Order: sequence, then C-alpha cells, then structure tokens
Amino acid sequence: MMDARGLSRRFGGLLAVSDLSLTLQVGELHAVIGPNGAGKSTLVNLLAGELTPTEGSIWLNGVDIAALDTERRARAGVGRTFQRTNLMPELSVLENVRLAAQVRSGGILRRADRVRPPIEDALAALTRVGLRGTEQNAAGTLSHGQLRQLEIAVALAGQPSVLLLDEPLAGSGAEDAAPLVALMRDLSREHAVLLVEHDMDVVFAVADVVTVMVDGRMLARGTPGEIRASAAVRDAYLGHVVA
Amino acid sequence: MKSATSRGNTFLALAGLAVASMPFWATAYHMQLASTALILSMFALSLQLLVGGAGLVSLAHAGFFGLGAYTIYLLGPVSILISLPVAALTAGVAALGIGALALRTSGFFFLMTTLAFGQMLFFLFHDTPLGGGLDGVFIQRPDTIWTISKAQRPTVFLLLNLSVLAAMYAGLWLLMRTLFGRALLGIRANEHRMRAMGHPVQRLKLAAFTVAGMLAGIAGHMAALTDAFIAPDLLGWHRSAEALLAILLGGIGFLHGPILGAFALTLLEELSPLITERQRLVEGAVILAAVLLLRRGLAGIGR
Repeated sequence: MMDARGLSRRFGGLLAVSDLSLTLQVGELHAVIGPNGAGKSTLVNLLAGELTPTEGSIWLNGVDIAALDTERRARAGVGRTFQRTNLMPELSVLENVRLAAQVRSGGILRRADRVRPPIEDALAALTRVGLRGTEQNAAGTLSHGQLRQLEIAVALAGQPSVLLLDEPLAGSGAEDAAPLVALMRDLSREHAVLLVEHDMDVVFAVADVVTVMVDGRMLARGTPGEIRASAAVRDAYLGHVVA
Repeated sequence: MKSATSRGNTFLALAGLAVASMPFWATAYHMQLASTALILSMFALSLQLLVGGAGLVSLAHAGFFGLGAYTIYLLGPVSILISLPVAALTAGVAALGIGALALRTSGFFFLMTTLAFGQMLFFLFHDTPLGGGLDGVFIQRPDTIWTISKAQRPTVFLLLNLSVLAAMYAGLWLLMRTLFGRALLGIRANEHRMRAMGHPVQRLKLAAFTVAGMLAGIAGHMAALTDAFIAPDLLGWHRSAEALLAILLGGIGFLHGPILGAFALTLLEELSPLITERQRLVEGAVILAAVLLLRRGLAGIGR
C-alpha cells in the first residue's frame, strides 16, 4: 500500500503539485484526471522518485520512501510506465522485459541465458499483455499499440506492489485501447494501481476511485459516479470537454 | 553489442593462427609490428567494454594503459607473475577512483571530465620525476619464466601478446553474456529506463569502468614489456583517441570490432609512407572514407 501525504512540488515560482494526499491499495484502481498542466505527470514523477517532493511524505508499506531515488523505489516495489514510450528499441522485446525482471536476481556474473527466473517472469508478463510471439523481434519494430503493451509488460516484470500508469493509452486508437482497458481492470486485483488518463470513458469504466486535479490541487475525489455527478467538477473540468 | 557469429569466430581463429604461425615465415620486424597491433587491439578492446558495452566514451583510458606500463618501471626487476597482476591492480584502483568521480557526469561532460583526469595522470609522469622524466626511459623487462635470448624476443613476445589478447577477448565475450553484461547493454540502450526498472546504474557503470581500466593496465604492461621503453606519451589523451578510432573503424557494435580496427590502423600506418610523405593525410582520408562507407565498421561488412 502506498500513502502520499501533503505532497507539494515547487518549480521556481510554480507550485506544480500542492498539498496533495492519496492512498493506493491493492485491489483498487485509483485514477487521476485533470486538464493539461494540472500536475498529473508531476504527481507520477513524485511517486516514482524522478522528482523529490518539496514538502510531504510518501509511505510504502509503512516505510517513508520520499528520500529514495527512482532505482531504490523501483526495488522497493514501485513500478511505472511512461507517457512517452521509453524502451530499448534496438534490443529484443523479450530482452526489454527480461532486464526489468533481472533486477530481482542476484549472482550478476551468471550467464544470462542460464538464469531462468527472469526469462520466465518476462514471458509471463508478455503473455499477460498479449505480446507472446513477438519476443524475438526488436522492440523498435513493434506497432504503437504494441509498444504501449510492452511499456506495461516492462513495468509488470519487476513485480511491483504499486503500479503507476502514466497515460498508458496515449496515442492509441480505439481498437488498441479495448484490450488494455481489460488488462488494467485485471491488474488492479493484484497491484495498487494509479492511472493517469485523458480518456474519460476509459477512466469511468475502470476506476474505483477518481481524483480530479486542477492547478496542482485536488478538486474532488469520489467514485466514478460521484465525480460524473459533481457540479464543481463539471464546471472546472468536464465542462470544457463536453463543450 | 554483438559478438562474432560462428563465421566471424572462424575468421578470428584463422587470423589468430596466421599470427601464431608468423615465426615460421615472417621477419623479426614484422613480428614486432604484429605485436604492436596486438597491443593496440588489447587496449581498444578494453575500451570497447565501455563504449560498445555501456555507451561510455572515455578519454582517460590511456591513463590506465600508461599506469600499467609504468608499473614495470616503478616495481623494478620482478617476475612477470608479479608485475602483470600489479599493473592490472594499479590501473584498476586508479580507474575506480577516477570513475567514482567522473561517472557523476554524463555525455559531453563525462567526456571532458575523463579528458581532465587522463591529462592529470599524463602530467603526473610528464612533469614530475616519479616516472623518469618527460623523455621516457628504457626499462629492465620483468623476469619471464625462462630466459629469452635477444633473437627469440620477437617470437616470444608475439606469442605472449597473442595469448593475452585471446584471453582478454574470451573473458569479455563471456562477461557480455552474463547478467552484468546484459545490464550494461541495457544502460547503453536506455539508461533512464534502466534506473526506473531499479538497476543500480551507477554501480554497474563503475564496475565496467574499473574492469576496463584493469584490462587497459594489462595492455600497457604488455606494451612496456614488448618495447622495454616507456614515456609519458603512453598516457596522453591522443592514445585514447587512437583506441576510439580503432573501435569506430572496426565496428562499434561488435566485440571483435576493435581488434579488426587496431590491425587496420597499424597496417595503414605502415603502408601509407610507401605512397606519400604526407602520411597523416593519407591515413586521415582512408579512415574518413572507411567510416563514411562502412557505417557499421569493418566487422559489419557482409552482414
């Protein structure tokens, strides 16, 4: 379980995230929505350790991890995907995922093809996202939709307890989105999932809890039904989309 | 970084045999020339662990090469069984220290930081009496296992250098197949993602930098042993650049690329004076043409 309390992040004069608290727990998909510039990506980067919070604390299973860098947070069980595909295009699909799984293996001077657990974990993650059969291809040859799936497979292969999905559908068409939506619902059963997403239909379909951010602050929080019905949210955010 | 395919391995083995058979058909001069190419091969190969392995371009590498060479001078007459490990260790310790500082930077700044540290090592031997002065000194070779007559030297050193290079290549070939080697290739491909996966990127890079430094020290030791002469030039940054050139020419994406590049450079340096007095001009033109035409280097021909 991940618990962020009173998170703030200042960039010079700009308060990108301001006094934001949220809880992620296994079995729950927590979506964060908000207009561009609301601080959603900054929030993900704060939770993943790419940025250190100016104020606030981040607890992972009872340990304060706010001072840990990305590497250490990843090893502690925080996995993430990137809004812009961030992979190793010249390496094979399998190797992209295997490297993520390898982090949990000791004995770094053993021959990689003889250390089975990372290979098996990688294949399991590829099966899960629906990329089995492509594992020997160079990652750079995949289609955009497949790259989004690979992003998730890489994050999964690290077997994180907390999964931060930063716009996993970015740039995907409707036909690419459907299997990913099903996958996300599935993932929230075993992981504490944070989803940042623009597509409202997707958010309302998969989320258990929705937090609405505007100008770095939390505007509202509730079930998808409550958020859809909220007048404040409609005025501040959804109204723009509908209109 | 790819290793040689089975066809490439056959080629490498045949080339190795050809070099090993030189005592039967070549002159002492040509065997010495081959030793020069073998030593440049070792040096460039050690740098390839950083360049092709982890994507780190370092200009400090000649410093570690030179430290390995100067170890023989500083140790005085000892057995090669002592001087070789001490050379590797000295260069490794220096690489660990310099790497720990230089690897805080990346990209262009890493290049410049390694240049600065490399030149510090150069001036340590160039401007202080520590290493016998700026003109260099003739050294007494370490004791080899058995006594070698002057006439035997080219043959013995040729075979010794060939063995060390073969061992180094085999070692790196195995190393790149380990989880460690795969992680280095991951860092070269996308360092940021490797961090996000949880890999201890800094420690992995430092380990590679240290191992590469040790191997460069071994190459430098073999150079001093072969030539019985050392000079501060061995540590200069242009030596690092020469190794980078061998990697570029041979093929940055291949483990055996630097060996091909080192032999090509040595051959070029030998042949260009036959064509013209403007040796560097010919060399430059040939290298430029080769790099432009062979985007993947000599090792990439026919793939």
